[in-house]
Amino acid sequence: MLQRLRPDRLGLVLTGSGLVALLWLPFVVFKSNRIVPGDPHALLEVLTTPAALACLAAWILVAIAALWSRHAGLRLGAALLGIMMLAWAIAAACNALTPAGNQVVRIAPGSGFWLLLVSLALVATDAVTRLQPRPAQRVLLLALVIAALSGAFAAGLFDNLSMMREYAVNAERFGRELRTHLLLALGSLAAALLVATPIGILCHRVPWLRAGVLGALNFIQTIPAIALFGILMVPLAALAAASPTAAALGIQGIGAAPAVVALFLYSLLPIVANMVTGLGRVSPSAVLAARGMGMTAGQILARVELPLALPVILTGIRIVLVQNIGLVAIAALIGAGGLGAFIFQGIGQAAIDLVLLGTLPIIAISFGVAVLLDAFIETIDRVPR
Amino acid sequence: MITIDHVSKQYGATTVVDDVSMHIERNSICAIVGSSGSGKTTLLRMINRLVEPSSGRILIDGKDAAQEPPHLLRRRIGYVIQGHGLFPHRSVADNIATVPRLLGWDAARIAARVTTLLEALDLEPANFAHKFPHQLSGGQQQRVGVARALAAEPALLLMDEPFGALDPIIRNKAQDDLLAIQRKFGTTVVLVTHDIDEAFRLGDRVAVMSAGRVLQSGRPAELLRAPADPLVARMIGTSDRALRLLSLTTAGEAALAGTATGPQVAASASLREVLSELVWRGAEGATVLDAAGQPIGQLSVAAILARGRSA
Repeated sequence: MLQRLRPDRLGLVLTGSGLVALLWLPFVVFKSNRIVPGDPHALLEVLTTPAALACLAAWILVAIAALWSRHAGLRLGAALLGIMMLAWAIAAACNALTPAGNQVVRIAPGSGFWLLLVSLALVATDAVTRLQPRPAQRVLLLALVIAALSGAFAAGLFDNLSMMREYAVNAERFGRELRTHLLLALGSLAAALLVATPIGILCHRVPWLRAGVLGALNFIQTIPAIALFGILMVPLAALAAASPTAAALGIQGIGAAPAVVALFLYSLLPIVANMVTGLGRVSPSAVLAARGMGMTAGQILARVELPLALPVILTGIRIVLVQNIGLVAIAALIGAGGLGAFIFQGIGQAAIDLVLLGTLPIIAISFGVAVLLDAFIETIDRVPR
Repeated sequence: MITIDHVSKQYGATTVVDDVSMHIERNSICAIVGSSGSGKTTLLRMINRLVEPSSGRILIDGKDAAQEPPHLLRRRIGYVIQGHGLFPHRSVADNIATVPRLLGWDAARIAARVTTLLEALDLEPANFAHKFPHQLSGGQQQRVGVARALAAEPALLLMDEPFGALDPIIRNKAQDDLLAIQRKFGTTVVLVTHDIDEAFRLGDRVAVMSAGRVLQSGRPAELLRAPADPLVARMIGTSDRALRLLSLTTAGEAALAGTATGPQVAASASLREVLSELVWRGAEGATVLDAAGQPIGQLSVAAILARGRSA
């Protein structure tokens, strides 16, 4: 494994930053309640000596692997070991600093923790990229990570962490906002699919429509999200005022209605554009053969054109889904709910833990969705381009 | 089988097919030959109504093709195009099963037919049924294209430059295979090509097209002996027309009574091949053997040369 003495460049950068994080940056921040500024603590002053030594030993091993090993599997294993040690260390630090039974103190991860986490995550993703795992292996890896995280949370490993303290207070609301968040993202995607599919097929069939439709959708894409929410308030409020049915359906100037409409509008361009590209790449001779063998127009679309365009169409759907999961966070500003509600509430109260409670799940869900859809697209795309 | 009755096709002011009339016999191969832009592909596509005629009628088995919904008509007619047009997302077996599935055959019948066709085209079913088109060579893809066109046992097969994408050696083999398949299934074939040699080799009848019109249509020997148009004569070429004529007749067809002292030749060999053999060996005559190896007659150099005369 130690083929050459010259260290790996990425390993060098990451080991250096890890060293800085470990020695000079605060690992945890202790706050006597949720809004006061905290006292920084280094890792080595919080942990018991044997625990600190175990941590150090583990990270030295990780650093050696990152610096000198060219074996991607070994690097991945080392990075995952490092991340597990990090999780254990932050949990141990929290438990050590929390006075028994005290629900008021807040112990948050410090900049040292985050820098170490980012460094280790970079080593891990770099190793995964080098390993070039097959789709099924990527999904398996994702499932293992989710299982490990769920296990750690279920076992209460992080219960004394500030973010989890916020979660404990807001547990019921968190579930509700998470559901709202997913419902808004998926609902607007579903509505966009229903509308964009016929538009995409039409644009493919009628070339002179293409430039106009894509241009209009492109224009919508350039409107900033927050401005679009504002623009939509006026017509939707007017609609609710004019039509009792619309009002009864929950349509109003603020809340979920403008959010869904805006996300729906943003979703159209990627789906329509990818549909046009995907259908355009279908081999003309396959379509001619299908027609010559007696398929009807509907059968050609369903059995030849759409299946052959599916990988490209799914790439559009992946873009939309990841984009929507992020954009829903902003929709909380106009009262649509979702995990963004925690973010804006946290910003308002200067409670960074609450911001993280909203942000980290959004990142995790986006990441998971992207991995799953990418794996699925690669699996069905067996036709070489 | 097919009667093409004063058929024309115009796109705007351009006439692509100009008042073509033709009759194609059952169980025969009709080769339509012409340069690009001659209207041959359009004429072919009017038979299965991928292109609708501007005027005129096409009768298939005495029935006007225009009376039947086009997609149902096409399911009864095999269709092979240049570059095969296989569905890249479907396995070989699924590609071949396309039309039987459209016709609602049951799974067992489809599976049996797929196996029969793969075997008939020298594609070992266990090896090829589950492969995808991109995993096959050009020649194999072409054969799967033919198998797919024959899947629903059509009485009529339309082929549009079916061997255009193949290299010469594979093309010869594919042409032999087509002749064998045509004999085996008794299919009527209409084949479009720009290659006059291919047309002469495969066609029981050859129709020469130019600028939307059929210049001449007839048996290959008729075209060779009496080209009706200078363009036909130019396309066929005059330098080796006697040898071309010899290549159209088999030894079995030309054999005379008796035996000869020279080499033995197969009844299926063309007179051109027999003559070549006799020249090579310096012999005056050859004994013709049937497929079982029994002598059925003899051929002398003089008898062969008599067959190559213009009249």
